[in-house]
Amino acid sequence: MNTDTHAAHAGDHHHDDGHAHSTFSGYMLGFVLSVVLTAIPFWLVMSGALPSKQITALVIMAFAVVQIVVHMIYFLHMNTKSENGWSMMALIFTIVMVVIALSGSLWVMNHLNSNMMPMHEMTGMK
Amino acid sequence: MTVSVNPAQTGEPMFYLADEHPHPEGYSTSLGFWIYLMSDCLIFAMLFAAFGVLGGNYAAGPAPKDLFELPLVAVNTSMLLLSSITYGFAMLTMQQNKIAQTQMWLAITGLFGLAFIGIELSEFAHMIHEGATPQRSAFLSAFFTLVGTHGLHVSCGLIWLVTLMVQVWKFGLIEANRRRLMCLSMFWHFLDVVWIGVFTFVYLLGVLR
Repeated sequence: MNTDTHAAHAGDHHHDDGHAHSTFSGYMLGFVLSVVLTAIPFWLVMSGALPSKQITALVIMAFAVVQIVVHMIYFLHMNTKSENGWSMMALIFTIVMVVIALSGSLWVMNHLNSNMMPMHEMTGMK
Repeated sequence: MTVSVNPAQTGEPMFYLADEHPHPEGYSTSLGFWIYLMSDCLIFAMLFAAFGVLGGNYAAGPAPKDLFELPLVAVNTSMLLLSSITYGFAMLTMQQNKIAQTQMWLAITGLFGLAFIGIELSEFAHMIHEGATPQRSAFLSAFFTLVGTHGLHVSCGLIWLVTLMVQVWKFGLIEANRRRLMCLSMFWHFLDVVWIGVFTFVYLLGVLR
């Protein structure tokens, strides 16, 4: 996105200073990137182009992360300056919480499962 | 209002603002709405965590491979993505004060959103018809809760969209309506971001599993 046009644009819209102003080219660039970043993972899974499932899983997760960033920048107009940086602060805090919640849940529950007594030993105990 | 104090150390009067100066209406709306979206993000994170933990527990029931039709999911994804870009066009025409075009793009956005919900509901109906109900297994409970919550958000967004179209029709693109349209824009694009997580982690990784 072009910061110069934003600065020039912000001058005649005093009412919502601090919001990035959207442009047609910005939306179109975000849309084209999103279409590409959506189509490739679907194609990878549906065609099975990559030899291993683990590699395919990692690649499509990477595509998802990139697409989320693209949406944040081009559709949600996130930048470090909007709302004096407070929306970025809230976003960083949320990302930290989400990472802790997701990785923590998966980690703990996975270990819980592997620490469960196997079924055949349990039936033998009575 | 300023209050003067006379600290004993320096002897010089110091001034500070006791009251916050007045802000225009809606001054903090977008930050407040962003923080609401972030809290909504945490709700979805919990549902994703639940799906991540329970997503493999089929209870000898149907697995993602038996249930999900990726071409249909791809169509659904494109509906939501198209509705995102048409909402973007509505915001652009709003900035140019073109009221009729704004309404047109909002209506197109609503139709894409409706198509998304329609496809999702028919998918749910098809699954339930085949016996893959939320009660069938932990995987299906987590699936219906996560995807259903997202669908409920989109449905609420559609109701909000129609409400705002009526508002714009009655009162025009006044300051308050611009602010509301901006909030819905954030909400709508946020739901598209959540859907990226859904189609990647639920559908694509589910079929891959």
